[in-house]
Amino acid sequence: MTTLTTWLRDPNPASRLQARLGQGYLGWLRFRRNPLAMIGFLIVSLLLLMAAFAPLVATHDPITQNLTQRLLPPLTAGHLLGTDEFGRDIFSRIVFGARVTLYIVGLVAITAPIFGLLIGTVAGYFGGWVDQVLMRITDIFLAFPKLILALALVAVLGPGIENAVLAIALTSWPPYARVARAETLTVRNADYIAAVRLQGAGAGRIIWGYVMPMCLPSVIIRVTLDMAGVILTAAGLGFLGLGVQPPMAEWGLMISSGRKFLFEQWWVATMPGLAIFIVSLGFNLLGDGLRDVLDPRSAGK
Amino acid sequence: MASTDTAPPRRRSRLVHNLKRLGATVLALAATFLGLMLITFVIGRVVPIDPVLAVVGERATTAQYEAAREALGLDRPMWEQFVIYVRDALTGDLGTSIRTRTPVAEDIARYFPATLELATIATIFGVLLGIPAGVLAATRPGTWIDQLVRLIGLMGYSMPVFWLGLMGLLLFYGILGWVGGPGRLDAGFEMMFEFDVPRVTGMILIDTALAGKWDIFRNALSHIILPAGVLGYYSMAYISRMTRSFMMNELSQEYITTARVKGMPEWRVIWVHALKNVMVPLITVIALSYANLLEGSVLTETVFAWPGLGLYITTALFSADMPAVLGGTVVVGIVFVALNMFSDILYRLVDPRAR
Repeated sequence: MTTLTTWLRDPNPASRLQARLGQGYLGWLRFRRNPLAMIGFLIVSLLLLMAAFAPLVATHDPITQNLTQRLLPPLTAGHLLGTDEFGRDIFSRIVFGARVTLYIVGLVAITAPIFGLLIGTVAGYFGGWVDQVLMRITDIFLAFPKLILALALVAVLGPGIENAVLAIALTSWPPYARVARAETLTVRNADYIAAVRLQGAGAGRIIWGYVMPMCLPSVIIRVTLDMAGVILTAAGLGFLGLGVQPPMAEWGLMISSGRKFLFEQWWVATMPGLAIFIVSLGFNLLGDGLRDVLDPRSAGK
Repeated sequence: MASTDTAPPRRRSRLVHNLKRLGATVLALAATFLGLMLITFVIGRVVPIDPVLAVVGERATTAQYEAAREALGLDRPMWEQFVIYVRDALTGDLGTSIRTRTPVAEDIARYFPATLELATIATIFGVLLGIPAGVLAATRPGTWIDQLVRLIGLMGYSMPVFWLGLMGLLLFYGILGWVGGPGRLDAGFEMMFEFDVPRVTGMILIDTALAGKWDIFRNALSHIILPAGVLGYYSMAYISRMTRSFMMNELSQEYITTARVKGMPEWRVIWVHALKNVMVPLITVIALSYANLLEGSVLTETVFAWPGLGLYITTALFSADMPAVLGGTVVVGIVFVALNMFSDILYRLVDPRAR
């Protein structure tokens, strides 16, 4: 272990890999000093583990109904968080719901930033009227309230998990385009870009291979910070009945079904909300911490 | 303006500059508006609901169907349909709702005041609590007050608004009974408001106050306080966070040091000198949070059965009433854009450095 850390801390790295890993290690050390960020990291890791091993963690099947066990309060034998109106174990449904949430978040986290990166780098690199047109389009999408646009899109596409992902992705790319454009403007006149161009590289190659990697860190930070928002939007769509459809276990949908028994059986709506809250908080804390580590401008503060 | 003719040349050039900026702003506004219309137009055309069928019904003959199709203008080329769509919207015609059979613009005029009332009170909560909290946190960085403000803000960014609304209902209405339940009024007062109070603004609190019906006013207040508080919490989370960062920045400026060296009391340095300068960027933040509340109202209104624009859009969505959905979307989009522009202009008026 000690040889590994000395290798990582070597001020004169022998290879590119060693230098990169060393940088990563230093970042991790800085990250570890931030207790709130560590809590966020822990929550997100737990969520990932819970989703990966859902069948092992859950005590019951999330879909099978058992009407003799309806609406049992929390801490009744075998049901840690109680049961819902169909006698399904709420804890198990929350555990399986983590998969749905991660699925939505994962897909949005891949599609929206890639799209935003493409638009932003192209706009920033070419400048001129390309920039004008692309940024005007970005502004129009930014001008729309996200949830309302997502609602209108779901109205067209029809409710469902894939369409919810599409609607959220289509409404959340503009900030990434803005960030990517700003980063592109700072590097597009750099000498190393000129050097690549003189070697005969085309615009596509320059953007893909030399501009985009420079935009990645700031976009990744933005993505982590936005994850909580994506979770909330997805849950909101589910709550309105426009996202994931029953009997699938999705946290927003579970809250919506618990609404009917709010005053008598409070736990049905409360528990999945707590899950959303904790997970969003985790992503927010993690995002804050990552920003401090990856973004040198805010590291000093 | 006659006075500008006699103004020194420097002022005139500033006027020209301002006019140019105004022109650019108006142009950007027009482009955004067109884009907004284009998006809703495309959504309206690709939706798998036949608008003609929705009007004439399933049992219409082919001739009736064709007649209705022509009446709706759907037989014309796409670009012409779009031009007509924009022209109609500019004259306040957003189509006719399939569900209520009344013009969408009329429906929205009836539903919008409820949303406006809610968002306004929520913003007042957010400003009154958020700014002092942000200032306190900025003047005591690292202390428990700072941590508490940060935690409250973080929670606001992590809690689903519909869940917080439900929890609020459970606690303050179901268990404690301190506030009114869902809806804008109790059922009994609903009728009284319907018949005894003339509609002036459509906002219950203002209309009942104008009519002097204080019992209805009190009832309305007990209903609005919880949803407005829930939305206000989110507004506060955002405003306090921004206030803190602006204030921190301001307190490190040299004029603050000068004021302190002069022996000015600390409260005056913070609450008068620094806050005055913080207010400038804060205006933008407040306008933005106001605009965001309109969005947050979609979910809040569903939870509280609040008959506002958000509830109108979602209800329309479930009855496949596309004109209503798109009309509502356009209106929210326009209000959103207008608020952004407004804050931008206000910013320039208030901050001499931005001119």
